[in-house]
Amino acid sequence: MTRLWVLLTVFGAIFCAPFLISSEFWLNAVLMMLYAALLGQSWNILGGYGGQFSFGHALFFGVGAYTVAVLQVQFGLNPWIGMALGGGLSAMVATVVGWLSFRYGLRGAYFALVTLAFAEVFRIVANSVGLTGAGEGILIRLDRQPAMMQFEDLSSYFWLLWAITLGCFLAAWRLENSRFGARLVAVRDNEDAASAIGVNVLRVKLQAIALSGFFMGLAGVFYAQKFLYLDAGLAFGPTVSVEALLVPIIGGMGTLFGPLLGAAALHAVAEVAREVIGGRPGLDMAIYGAILVGMMLFLPRGLARIGRGSARRIVGREVTGGRGNA
Amino acid sequence: MTHRKIDRISRRAFLGTTAAVTGALAAPGLLRAEAAGVKVGLVHPVTGWGAYSGNQCRQGALMAIADINAAGGIKSLGGAKLEGLLADSQSKPDVGASETARLIEGGAMGIVGGYASSISLATTQEAAKTNTPHVVDVGVSYKIVKRGLPNVFRFGPGYTKIAQFAVDNLATINAAAGNPAKTAMIIHEDSAFGTGTAKVLSGKLPEKGIEVIEIIPHGTPTRDFTNIALQIKSKKPDIIIPADYYNEYVLLARTMRQQRIEAKAIYSVLGGAASSYKFVKEFPDAAEYIMDCNHWFNPLDEGAQKRRAAAEAKGLFYTYEIYLTYNAVMLLADAVERAGSTDNEAVIAALASSTWSKHGMPYGPTRMVNGQNQGAQPVNTQVLNGDIEVILPAEFASAKVVFPRPS
Amino acid sequence: MDFSILMPSILNGITTGALYALVALGLTLIYGVLHIINFAHGALLMLALYGVYYLNRLFGLDPYWSLLIVPPAMFVLGYALQRFVIARASHGRDENILLVTLGLAIVIENLALFFFRSDTQVVNTPYAFDVVEVMGAFLPYPKVVAFFAALATATALWALMTRTDLGRAIRALAKERKGARLVGIDVEHIFAVSFGIGVGVLGIAACLLMPSYYVSPQVGNGFVLIAFTIVVLGGMGSFAGALIGGIVIGVVEAVGGLMLGESLGQIGIFLIFILILLFRPQGIMGHQA
Repeated sequence: MTRLWVLLTVFGAIFCAPFLISSEFWLNAVLMMLYAALLGQSWNILGGYGGQFSFGHALFFGVGAYTVAVLQVQFGLNPWIGMALGGGLSAMVATVVGWLSFRYGLRGAYFALVTLAFAEVFRIVANSVGLTGAGEGILIRLDRQPAMMQFEDLSSYFWLLWAITLGCFLAAWRLENSRFGARLVAVRDNEDAASAIGVNVLRVKLQAIALSGFFMGLAGVFYAQKFLYLDAGLAFGPTVSVEALLVPIIGGMGTLFGPLLGAAALHAVAEVAREVIGGRPGLDMAIYGAILVGMMLFLPRGLARIGRGSARRIVGREVTGGRGNA
Repeated sequence: MTHRKIDRISRRAFLGTTAAVTGALAAPGLLRAEAAGVKVGLVHPVTGWGAYSGNQCRQGALMAIADINAAGGIKSLGGAKLEGLLADSQSKPDVGASETARLIEGGAMGIVGGYASSISLATTQEAAKTNTPHVVDVGVSYKIVKRGLPNVFRFGPGYTKIAQFAVDNLATINAAAGNPAKTAMIIHEDSAFGTGTAKVLSGKLPEKGIEVIEIIPHGTPTRDFTNIALQIKSKKPDIIIPADYYNEYVLLARTMRQQRIEAKAIYSVLGGAASSYKFVKEFPDAAEYIMDCNHWFNPLDEGAQKRRAAAEAKGLFYTYEIYLTYNAVMLLADAVERAGSTDNEAVIAALASSTWSKHGMPYGPTRMVNGQNQGAQPVNTQVLNGDIEVILPAEFASAKVVFPRPS
Repeated sequence: MDFSILMPSILNGITTGALYALVALGLTLIYGVLHIINFAHGALLMLALYGVYYLNRLFGLDPYWSLLIVPPAMFVLGYALQRFVIARASHGRDENILLVTLGLAIVIENLALFFFRSDTQVVNTPYAFDVVEVMGAFLPYPKVVAFFAALATATALWALMTRTDLGRAIRALAKERKGARLVGIDVEHIFAVSFGIGVGVLGIAACLLMPSYYVSPQVGNGFVLIAFTIVVLGGMGSFAGALIGGIVIGVVEAVGGLMLGESLGQIGIFLIFILILLFRPQGIMGHQA
């Protein structure tokens, strides 16, 4: 229960950000960091807790984003309903992709690559088909009112994202403290042993990927409503997939706070790199990459697992299936 | 579940998650020191897929700022100098938007930039939140100026105008030669500008008696154009119409030569390399006789030629990114000059009523309607004798068209 | 679909596929044998291409002569990267290797942007527009050369792996690392040598690719996914498989392009990839695990 209180306190503090930050730029920076944490925690549910690495998580993101955009632009459906449908459709696509992959026994790198391939397939189709605007993409009409999930002020966007992200983190917390989570982690740590003690491996993996896909879909909906323009590359491309996996791995896979730490760290590094080297293009990004490599050199288990004692027990506690701290 | 004492949360964890709040109290950092001056925010994709174009745009903007300052700055503000605040959108719309916010908070009174349509849509929306004037330098999508945002201006033409112009002039060129061309094939890159341009072209070409026998979209990057070349070869269109980015255009042109394809003309619309000095210099054989309908400067304008020389002296190819962004900055500066202030409303009003004509572009005086410069238009160019000549409109022409292509 | 161009399209697809196979051969060793998910593969290809470009620009060296310089140089780079960066940073965990190579890719791409600027560069060779006529199809000379080079390289790699002590050591390492160490194999060194060879093969690919293509800091991104597809399609660790896989992909791309259009046609590659992964994950030449 301690961890739940820590989680709620942290999110409580984050909730107050719009009151404490007067700078639009900095509030937006925190917002993008929170967005990264959402992507990361969604991925973490499947990848960190479930041990199934996906390289194509943008697939679910894009489905959510295009759902709300297409339903709004082509069919005039209200985006709030579109959001529910987007999340649902993403979960469904996740289940189908998961079923195909897991039923045929794809694990490890093979699973990772197949998700990448699916994301690419969707990207190519979305880029060619009139429904999704083909190459031109979809532009959502500017209509800044809450009923259309567009807001005049940044704070409202912030709180919408906050709510979605809190939901995702709570789902992860619940996962850690539930039998489903225990089963999932057992599958991650030793699939055959888990199966031997009666865990329905396929079902557990499908539940995980559906949950993961659901939140990625909501993230996609948020992106669409915030930036109001979508194309196949933005929706299904590698940028989102890479960010979704970078964040939890840096922050600590399979931990509750990992995605938050990872998101904060990555954005802080990017900001520092940009401040220190502004001028000639490329150098700041090169430094960002170098810091990534450096973090792997010195913090291979992720940020959440550094330190000792009480902090480590709270922040970096892992749920394990019995193999100990792997 | 074991019951743990409720421990004090360590400082490390606490600091980690509240660092953002602490940081919020400090102002965002800038790349130049604060100084009294008119700050212009420049947002371009200088890394990522748009790196080449983004850098060219940035160079154009910096040249403009240097020229304005050398000529005395903003005289109505006591000679205040322009200062460029640089930002990299990393070829991503969301980064473009957050960088725009950063620049505005850093004191930018106006934003010039975007380059790509997708990025420009995001940066202009961000600027709209504070009603900061935003001049889009290149981004040709019609969507940019159709959202009813009063702070958004585009100095150059959008692809609707460009495509219409292209079709009209192709008809003129065709008619002047006795209408030898009856069929066309459109090859286009499959993202925003290519798809949009192809759509307009395919709707309007039949009206001028040219049948579009095939439209071939392809990805960016495309590694190999042989398939497309084979299809062109088998369908034998009279006119080949590419709408592409630089790299793909080069590959297509090379492949067409390899496959020995002869058409009455290659008539590109926003052809990425067709009006590029770089392309002409590196592939003189493949480039000869290629026509393009694209952004271009007025070859008869002395100022434009001087700027070309200045750019080439810096080792840059004088590409459309340079002069379009140069003029976007100039347009903004002229508006500030006329408004006599950097206040948003005043500058926006000045931009909306602008009649600026010292641009060295084949545009005539500026006339803004809903943020789009009505005077903006492309020109038709043709590569002749290893140089890029303007062939239409007649009042800006530097050479006569050669059509059909001699065998 | 126009059948008169089907044959030329397939023939061209074969030569394009051979080029893809060249790029994938190095990854076959790195990923197929060493199981290193090398996200930096495209960036390294880009570096090699720049090497070929600058050798041509500064010394007038033809890309084919650069075969004597670029592959060895890339080998050294690959060895150093694996020995001193990747091995240290990965601590043996797969997800770390992935992140390290990803970070390396970002570093390499952006350093290239910083040093070489963003302009696209090409090498103009006198034979760039020569064609070889095969069954009525015009096959560009550089791509025909690349086809034979791919065959030669695949054969050389196969010979290396099966007929030399080094090859035996690498295979031992791939199968059983602890056991390999126990029989006296210097594991770190051999790992680095393997990675180096994989990157060196990229150098070969670059020399053969440059006459037909161009180089810019982002050019590698277009090849990464295809390379991984080919490695899996061919069967992890099989060079013959990579060669065949590359050609298959090239033909699928060509025929897919004719049937569905160039844009949508790309889907063929990934659909095949998915089908192989689902129904025959050991690939064309691989053995059932």
